[in-house]
Amino acid sequence: MSDVPAELKYAASHEWARLEADGTVTVGITDHAQAALGDVVFVETPAVGTAVLAGKEAGVVESVKAASDIYAPISGEVIASNSTLEDSPETVNSEPYGAGWFFKIKPSDIAELEALLSAEAYQASTGA
Amino acid sequence: MTDAATSLLETPLAAIHRAHGGKLVDFGGWAMPVNYGSQIEEHHYVRRAAGMFDVSHMTVVDVTGDQAKPFLQYLLANDVAKLTTQGKALYSAMLNPEGGVIDDLIVYLMAWGYRLVVNCGTREKDLAWINQQAAAFDVTITERADLAMIAVQGPDARTQVAQVLGDDSVMGLDVFVGQFLTGARSEWFVARTGYTGEDGFEIMLPNVDAVNLWTELHLAGVVPCGLGARDTLRLEAGMNLYGHEMDDSISPLAANMGWTIAWLPQDRQFIGREALEAQRSAGTDKLVGLVMTERGVLRAGYPVLIEGLESQGVITSGTFSPSLGYSIALARVPAQVGTHVEVLIRNTPVRVGVVKPCFVRNGKNLI
Repeated sequence: MSDVPAELKYAASHEWARLEADGTVTVGITDHAQAALGDVVFVETPAVGTAVLAGKEAGVVESVKAASDIYAPISGEVIASNSTLEDSPETVNSEPYGAGWFFKIKPSDIAELEALLSAEAYQASTGA
Repeated sequence: MTDAATSLLETPLAAIHRAHGGKLVDFGGWAMPVNYGSQIEEHHYVRRAAGMFDVSHMTVVDVTGDQAKPFLQYLLANDVAKLTTQGKALYSAMLNPEGGVIDDLIVYLMAWGYRLVVNCGTREKDLAWINQQAAAFDVTITERADLAMIAVQGPDARTQVAQVLGDDSVMGLDVFVGQFLTGARSEWFVARTGYTGEDGFEIMLPNVDAVNLWTELHLAGVVPCGLGARDTLRLEAGMNLYGHEMDDSISPLAANMGWTIAWLPQDRQFIGREALEAQRSAGTDKLVGLVMTERGVLRAGYPVLIEGLESQGVITSGTFSPSLGYSIALARVPAQVGTHVEVLIRNTPVRVGVVKPCFVRNGKNLI
């Protein structure tokens, strides 16, 4: 049902992580997560410079239905935060893997990326 | 993201909801569409044009017999004696002897008796209670599971319904009045009621006719809306939801329902009267509206703190208001509440404004 791009890595808590050419990692929430949340109305992303830890809270996404914590899929330093979500939170619903990204991390240990779920394993975990 | 389990009850429109991309969830034991994509867009259609909701899960109960009137005068906190013309509707609480709300409902006066529309989540206890109380009266209680219900709401709703029905007579209906159609559709009951704060109709009709009407309304441009939008619309309109603003342990006086209690005539004995009179003299909590223009969303269950008071209140329903663009809530608080309170949002106190529990009606911002 939901879109799970093969080239991304996933956390069981429904974040995706994409390794960019410059070695940084972009983070967002999955199509499955945005569909389950419904219309997103507020997004709180970590400030640039914040040190985030794998599996720890790094932000909040609020939909009409519920507030959910966003967890950092890997550890590192936040080097960019998607400020356009402040005015257009609905982008998370329409483009969860594109313009709806949350933040970018400079990883402290890139090996953590490999420990995340593959697209196939994530898809299986959602039961979709 | 699978559809609700097949063990759930389904309305005659379930297949059409699925075909239209509806996301079906468990709603009081029924598989009902929460949205068909964007709940916020559906909300806006109702405020700006016309949307329709499948509310066939609601329970319709007909009350007939010589003593139907005295029975309902005893059963309900509002007085059905106020209903003097056929088709007229009345909103009422049905109380327990302790003055708690068993359910809130609408009662219509019909040529043959009365029709009640009660909530789906309370169906079993309602029917048990009604039948138990009915034993002492010469009345017959008949659940109408053969009826579906479609609510068409929004500024364009009435004209679109009249066109689809090919029956202009419904345009003459006053607010809170319904009528049966004629001829082959004599079982169809069209009432100018709703749960959105917009004008519109609620149409009760035989299950077998529901798909046709839904399809014709859709073709005419009425947008299918899920129960998610219905909840944000009713909350903006300051309308109560059973199980949130009131339940068996909550007085209607603490749920902004004082206006639905018919205290006069003094000698009308109705269930819960004695308890209510005691609550009235002792004083109760009250239901207020909260608005928070900062980022974030007020949600049901968040504690409400009042300066200088030890006793707290609680948010009974909260949401992001699509019409206003910020969060609103209904909260049950001590009567001494002032113009501002603090809400504990995930352990952080946030100062928010207190308003009358009504935020948006007929497309207009009331804040």
